[in-house]
Amino acid sequence: MDIISIGGLIVYITVFVLAIFLGFELITKVPPTLHTPLMSGANAISGITVVGALILLKDSTSIPFMSPELLAFSALILATINVVGGFAVTNRMLNMIAGKRGGK
Amino acid sequence: MEEEIWNIGYLVASILFILGLKKLGHPRTAPTGNLYGAMGMLLAVIVTIAQMDFGATDTLILIGAGLGIGALIGYVMAARVQMTGMPEMVALFNGFGGAASALVAASEVFNLIQNEQIPTDWLTLRVAWIAIGLSALVGWVTLTGSLLAMMKLKGGVEIFGKWYRTPTWGPEWLNYVKGLFLIGIVVLIYMSIDEASNPGEQYALTEEEIQISIIALSCILGVLFVLPIGGADMPVVVSLLNSLSGIAAAFTGFIIGNNVLIIAGSMVGAAGLILTNIMCKAMNRQLIDVLFKSFGGSDKEQVTRTKIGSDPEEVAMVCDGISKCVIIPGYGMAVSQCQHQVREFADILEANGCEVKYGIHPVAGRMPGHMNVLLAEASVPYEKLIEMDDINSEMGECDVAIVVGANDTVNPAARSGEGPLAGMPIIDADKARVVVMVKRSLSVGYAGVDNDLFYEDKTMMLFGDGKQMMTELVSSLKEL
Repeated sequence: MDIISIGGLIVYITVFVLAIFLGFELITKVPPTLHTPLMSGANAISGITVVGALILLKDSTSIPFMSPELLAFSALILATINVVGGFAVTNRMLNMIAGKRGGK
Repeated sequence: MEEEIWNIGYLVASILFILGLKKLGHPRTAPTGNLYGAMGMLLAVIVTIAQMDFGATDTLILIGAGLGIGALIGYVMAARVQMTGMPEMVALFNGFGGAASALVAASEVFNLIQNEQIPTDWLTLRVAWIAIGLSALVGWVTLTGSLLAMMKLKGGVEIFGKWYRTPTWGPEWLNYVKGLFLIGIVVLIYMSIDEASNPGEQYALTEEEIQISIIALSCILGVLFVLPIGGADMPVVVSLLNSLSGIAAAFTGFIIGNNVLIIAGSMVGAAGLILTNIMCKAMNRQLIDVLFKSFGGSDKEQVTRTKIGSDPEEVAMVCDGISKCVIIPGYGMAVSQCQHQVREFADILEANGCEVKYGIHPVAGRMPGHMNVLLAEASVPYEKLIEMDDINSEMGECDVAIVVGANDTVNPAARSGEGPLAGMPIIDADKARVVVMVKRSLSVGYAGVDNDLFYEDKTMMLFGDGKQMMTELVSSLKEL
């Protein structure tokens, strides 16, 4: 694990706080039709933790039973399910809504 | 070339997430928004793998296998799910996301402990251990909470062929228990730091045991958190848990020192909170009340009045020759899957020159937009789905209002200013000349309040399953 300096920590906290404010501003008025797709799409984005799982596995060559590698590998699978499933299902919902509207 | 140069890719990915989330909030741009999000994710994954200098072959196989298995499972689940099962699916994916973040935290901490690489630097240790503890807390709460929410959305769970209803239980004192669990977890995180910074000393629990305790307590806390909340409030809970899974990802970003996790995670966390608030507003409820005050489910009013049901032929005759009809769907339509029959009914009326519109209450169903998705599946044109405020101004001219499996969202008791429904905006079905309610019985809705609308003279009750009743109504209309 890399040593974290005060400066580094403050950069992370800055990014964290600014991104929270950004998130608050991004969503303002959303028509009810889009509530479920929006929730589902945002949920897929929170699968970004897949990057975390990949980084932990960067030096692994095998997965021993009951090891930290196994935990990271499980995380990789679950996060990928979240990402792929989330975007696919959002796409299905949106196609259904948009497709019908295009026909008018 | 410095490998940090790849971090530019993370910046681009973050921008794609921001634009994606922004575009998802507007009907016309939503599909593009979703695509942006997916592209951002793909980019982030590619950049991460590229930074490993494409790694050793075994590592690449391992990672490829993980990504492949996950993608396959996720894709098949998404492609197979019925549109009515949507809310459950979102809850399940959300739980997986939270669990993944928590597992990353667990993997990192057990790796450091087992290899005796616990950071000795004062600041590094505290940042890492606090982030790991919080990531575990939020992540495991998200997992068990989402799983329970999913079962509540389904109404029950099947174990070895036997159906168990999901319980809703939560006396006042349970809130204090939840508080104690939370304090316990904070104390455990403190203990883990204390122990890690004094490697020589003996403690009651080993460092590993403390981490396992944090995980166990968090899992139980997730269950306790959702247990007292009734099924009707699940959309709010799923949305809040979605927000939490973002926060979990952000904490994981602190652990591994990665900005894209922090940005995407905290942004989703904040946006999820706003969405949760929008949903609460639509139900005229406070988030705090939803989470900590048991609502509905308990002390339901006893129904003592009776009403004679009508039959489909009668209703069909009333509907003959009318000029304006509003259909108000509710959760019952989702349960009985009768959206196609509803549409068929509307088609016949329209063929006879009647204007048909759909009045959509913002919280009808178990998920915001639930009704829109169902009706879209039955090919109902989007412009016929009218939001509550707009349809209410037209209700006075409406000849027949057909309420399919809704109750609380049309209950005039909400206007009285008393009881659990007080102040909730409703669709003014009672302003129509005739009201037809398709419902299984006179029983109360989720809020546990009797509905005066049932007993009005102009109301016709069609008792029975939504699908069966709508089918009979359609055939009666055809016979006229």
